[in-house]
Amino acid sequence: MEYFAGEYDVAVIGAGHAGIEAALAAARLNVKTIVFTINLDWIGLLACNPSIGGTSKGHLVREIDALGGEMGKAADKTLIQSRMLNTGKGPAVRSLRAQIDRVLYTKYMKLALESQKNLDLMQAEITELKKEKSGLYRLKTKLECVYTAKCVIIATGTFLGGKNYIGEVVFDSGPDGMFPSIELSKSIKDLNISLRRFKTGTPPRINADSVDFSQLEEQRGDENITPFSFGTKEKLKNYASCHITYTNENTKQIILDNLNRSPLYSHKIEGIGTRYCPSIEDKIVRFSEKERHQVFIEPCGLDTKELYLQGLSSSLPVDVQKDILKSVKGLENARVMRHAYAIEYDCTNPMCLKPTLEFLDFEGLYGAGQFNGSSGYEEAAAQGLIAGINAARKVQNKKDVILPRSSSYIGTLIDDLVTKGCMDPYRMMTSRSEYRLILRQDNADLRLTETGYNLGLVSEKRLLAVKEKEKAIKREIKRAKKTAIPPSHELNELLISRGTAPLETGAKLFELIKRPQLDYECLLPFDKERPDLPPEVIEQAEIEIKYEGYIKRQQADIAEAARLEKKRLPDDIDYKSITGLRLEAAEKLSKIRPSSVGQASRISGVSPADISVILIYLRKR
Amino acid sequence: MKTIAAIATAQAAAGIGIVRISGDRAIEIADKVFVTASGEKLSSRSGYSAALGDVYDGKTKIDKAIALLFRAPKSYTGENVVELSGHGGPYVMSRILRAVLNAGAEPASPGEFTKRAFLNGKLDLSEAEAVMSVIGAKGEAGHKAALNALLGHTSKKISELAAKLTKICAHLAVWADYPEEDIKELSEESLIASLTTIKTDLFNLINSFDAGKAVIDGIETVIAGKPNVGKSTLLNLLSGSEKAIVTPHAGTTRDIIEETVRIGNVTLKLADTAGIHENISSEIEEIGVKRAVLRMERAPFVIIVLEAVNELTKSEEELLRKAAEKKVLVAINKTDLGVKLDVNKVKRYTENIVYISAKSGEGLQELISAAESILGTADFDSSEPILITERQRKLVKTAYECVSEALEAIKMGMTRDAVNISLDGAVNALLELTGERASEAVVDELFKSFCVGK
Repeated sequence: MEYFAGEYDVAVIGAGHAGIEAALAAARLNVKTIVFTINLDWIGLLACNPSIGGTSKGHLVREIDALGGEMGKAADKTLIQSRMLNTGKGPAVRSLRAQIDRVLYTKYMKLALESQKNLDLMQAEITELKKEKSGLYRLKTKLECVYTAKCVIIATGTFLGGKNYIGEVVFDSGPDGMFPSIELSKSIKDLNISLRRFKTGTPPRINADSVDFSQLEEQRGDENITPFSFGTKEKLKNYASCHITYTNENTKQIILDNLNRSPLYSHKIEGIGTRYCPSIEDKIVRFSEKERHQVFIEPCGLDTKELYLQGLSSSLPVDVQKDILKSVKGLENARVMRHAYAIEYDCTNPMCLKPTLEFLDFEGLYGAGQFNGSSGYEEAAAQGLIAGINAARKVQNKKDVILPRSSSYIGTLIDDLVTKGCMDPYRMMTSRSEYRLILRQDNADLRLTETGYNLGLVSEKRLLAVKEKEKAIKREIKRAKKTAIPPSHELNELLISRGTAPLETGAKLFELIKRPQLDYECLLPFDKERPDLPPEVIEQAEIEIKYEGYIKRQQADIAEAARLEKKRLPDDIDYKSITGLRLEAAEKLSKIRPSSVGQASRISGVSPADISVILIYLRKR
Repeated sequence: MKTIAAIATAQAAAGIGIVRISGDRAIEIADKVFVTASGEKLSSRSGYSAALGDVYDGKTKIDKAIALLFRAPKSYTGENVVELSGHGGPYVMSRILRAVLNAGAEPASPGEFTKRAFLNGKLDLSEAEAVMSVIGAKGEAGHKAALNALLGHTSKKISELAAKLTKICAHLAVWADYPEEDIKELSEESLIASLTTIKTDLFNLINSFDAGKAVIDGIETVIAGKPNVGKSTLLNLLSGSEKAIVTPHAGTTRDIIEETVRIGNVTLKLADTAGIHENISSEIEEIGVKRAVLRMERAPFVIIVLEAVNELTKSEEELLRKAAEKKVLVAINKTDLGVKLDVNKVKRYTENIVYISAKSGEGLQELISAAESILGTADFDSSEPILITERQRKLVKTAYECVSEALEAIKMGMTRDAVNISLDGAVNALLELTGERASEAVVDELFKSFCVGK
C-alpha cells in the first residue's frame, strides 16, 4: 500500500558524483532536500578508475571547489598518490590527478551527506516519477513510499536501465553488481522524455600479490603535492605507486581470434560507446597498425590488494580476459578478482535541457551526470553542482545561474552538452575550451570564488583570502614592471647558460620574466628588493607576465563574445514566425531554445545573418 | 563593434561607385588609404563634409575619389561613416575595397549596414519586418554565394591547408590531453618544418587572390529550360561562337558549358545547362540536370528559355517558380514557328519577358536591353562575389598571421599550449566560411588518428 513519506523542496535521484554535489549544494542553499540511493554503502562510488582528476578533469575539480563543492576536499582527504600532469607543457594544460582510496572516499562522502543540515539521505530505489497537477513532482520508491518535491534532479548514472555484458553473458545490473533501476526508465519515458542507450566499460581488477612488479615501470607521486581544494592547508603525502606495462602482438592475436565472442562485435550491444574510453578490443580493431597498447595499473586503496588495469576495458568472455592477462608482461600469473564488463544504460539527449540543466519542457526537473550523456566523475560532479544550485534557486524564486563558457570548464562543458549535444559519452578536454590560457586550474579560485560566495556556498573568510591574493598578484606585477635589473657578469652567465641573450644595459624584471627560458626562481639573486611572497602569488604573477599577450587577446575575445552572451532570449519565442529566419535555423532554434543570443550563435546551422535577424527581432519585441 | 566595409553601389551601373566604411575606426581607416588634395586628415574634419583626394593601396595609387565624412550618430548606420566615391567601374571599386580591408576593416556581412542602422535607432521600429526580410534574403544569397565559392580551386586549397593544420592541432591536443598514453611529442624540427610549408602555401594563396577576378568573371548567369528548347543556340548567339553542341536531339548538353560575354556595361558569366525535364533517359543526363538545378540555385541571374510553340509544362512552371526568387528574364524562343504558349501564365512569375528567335537572331537586341535594365537596378547586388572573395582572402591572411605567430613562439621557446592557441586561430579562420569550429574539428581528428583512452 502506498504510504506518504514526506514533502521536500528538492529531491535528488542518485548519490553518485553528480547526486552528491547536487544534494549538498541545494541543502547548503537552505532548501529542504532529500537524496535517494540504491545502496547506502556506496555513496560516490568510483565505479571505474580509482582516481580523480586528470587533464581538464583536474580543472573541473578545482572549479567545483572554488564554487563551494565537495569533490576536491574529499579527494584531498582520501588520496593515496598525486601528480601534477603536463608540468612541462604549459600552464593551460597542467592538471592534477590523484589516486584515491575508493573505500575511504565513499565513507567520506557518506558522512558529508549525513552531516549536512537540511538534507536527508535515504536508501531507496525510485520506481516512479510523475508530475502532479499542482506542479509538484511525485516520486514513488520500490517500497511504495511516496514523496513530493518542487524540484527533482535525475542523477542516475549507469543504474538507469543498466545492463551488463561479459561475453555471451548478459544481465540487468547496475555497476559493480548493484541493483539496476529498471522501472524508473519506463516512468521517465511516460513523461514523454526520450531516452537513448549509451555504453561504457571497465577493465578486470586483479590481486597485487599475483603481479610481477619487477617487470613493470613504476610511477611515483609528486614530492610536493598540490591539493585539489584551495582550502586544504595541510601537507599531503603519497602512500602508493602506479605501474605501467603494455600489451603485445600476442594480446592482439588473442583478441582478434575471439572477436566474434564480443557482444560489441556480435552486435548484441545497441548502446553507443564512448570514443573517450574505448575497450581494448575496440582499440585493436580501430588501430590495427599499433603494436602495443599501454596498461596503467592503479591501486584501488590502501587496505586492499585490488588493482585496476586502465587500458584493458573489455566485454570479452572471462576465459578470453584471462588469456589476455596471461599475455601481458608482469601480469602472466595475474589472479582476477573482478572481471571486466561493459555496461549499457539509459540517458537523455542533453539538447532538451537549458544551460541550468533544467528540462526545457519540464519546469523543476533537472538532469545531471551520465544521465545527460557525459562521461567521467568530474564532469558529473560539475553538472550536479549547477543543477543543485539552480533547483534550490528555483524553489526560492531566485534568478537562474548560468556559467558562461568564458568563465570556466564547467560553463564550457554544459554549453557544449546543451547546445551541440553529443553522439557518444562526452568527456571534457582542454582542447574543448577556446579560452584555455585564461581558464587554468591554477586560477580557478580567482575566477570563481566570488561567484560561489555570492551564491552562498563559500565563506566570507575564503573570499577575503582570495581578494588578498588577487591584490598581492597585482602588486607584484606592478613591482616587476618597475624593478630594473642592472646587467652584471653573473646575470649574463645565467642568461647564456639558459640559452637566452645576455644584457648590455639594464632590463626590467618584467621583461626578463617574459623570456620563456627564465623564471622567478632563477632571477631571485638579481632581484634584491623582492618581498617575501607566497608561492601561489609568484605562480600567478609569473604566468600573467609570461603569457600577457595571449591572455590579453583571449580577454578581448571574451569581451567581444560577452555582448551576445548577455542578450537573453525569452523562452516563448516562436522562431518559425520570424521573418527572414532561414527554415533550417528556425527549426534548430525551436528545438534547442537557446537562453542567450551567444548560445544561439553556436548552434550549427545558425548563420551570422540569422543572428542579425534575431537581434532585430529582439529590438522590435 | 568591428569596422566594416563593402561596395555600396550596384556593380553593373559602372561609371561611379561607392565603397562605404562604417564603425568606430572608419575615419582612422579611411585616413590610411585616402590622401586629401589639401593634405588635411579626415580625422581633423567635421561631419557632413566632402574632400577630394586619392585612394592608395599601400604605395600604389588606385583612383581619384571624393570622401564623404559622416560622424556618429549623424550617419546612415549611426556610426562613423566614410564613403569613398571613385570614378572607376567595378574593377576599381574592388581594388578600393581591398585597400580599405588591408587597412583594418572587415568585409561587411550580408545586410550588416542596415542591421547596424536599425540597432542604432536610425530606422523606425515599424521597418523592422522589412529589415529582417532584407537581411534574411541577403543572408540566403550570401550563403549560396559562399557555397559556390567553396567549390572553387581556392577553396579546395583552403580546406587542404585547414586539414593539415587540424592534424597538427590534434597531435598537440592528444599530447596534452593524454599525458599518460605513450604519445610522442611533435619534435620542434618537424613542427617548424610543417608549419613553414603551410605558411608558404598560405602566403602564395594570399597573392593568388586577384582583386578584380570576380568582376572580370562576370555575374553568374544560368540559361535554363527544358531540353531542346534552344538554350545552346542562345548561348552561341550571345557569345558569337559555336561552343555548345547544338543538335535537335534532346539532351545533348550534358555538361555545363560556360562563356563570358559583355553586354553593355555588364559582364555575364553564362552557363548553358542540361535541360530540366521530368523524363530523364540516362544516368549521365540525371547528373547533368542535378548540377544544372544546383547551379541555378546559386546564380543571381537566370535566363529561362521557353518554346513559343508549346504549352507551359509542369516542370517549366516549377522552374519559373524557383527562378522568381531571384533576377529572372524569360526568353520565348522559336517565335517564327507561331505562338501557342499562354504568356499570362508566365506573367504570374515575372514581367521580364522577351520574344526571340535564337536561330535567326531576331529579338537579340531586346533581350540584351532587358538584361541590362534588370541588372542595372540598384537592388541587384552583384558585389556579393567580390565580398566573398575578399572575406576569403582576409581569412587566409588571418591564418597566415596566426601561423607566423606560432612559428615565432616556437622559436622563442614558448610552451606548446600558447603555440596551440595561435594554431587554433589559424584553423578557425580557415574553417570560418564553412561554419565549422576548430575545437570540434580538432577533437574529431584526435579520435580518428590516435588510439587513446582507458
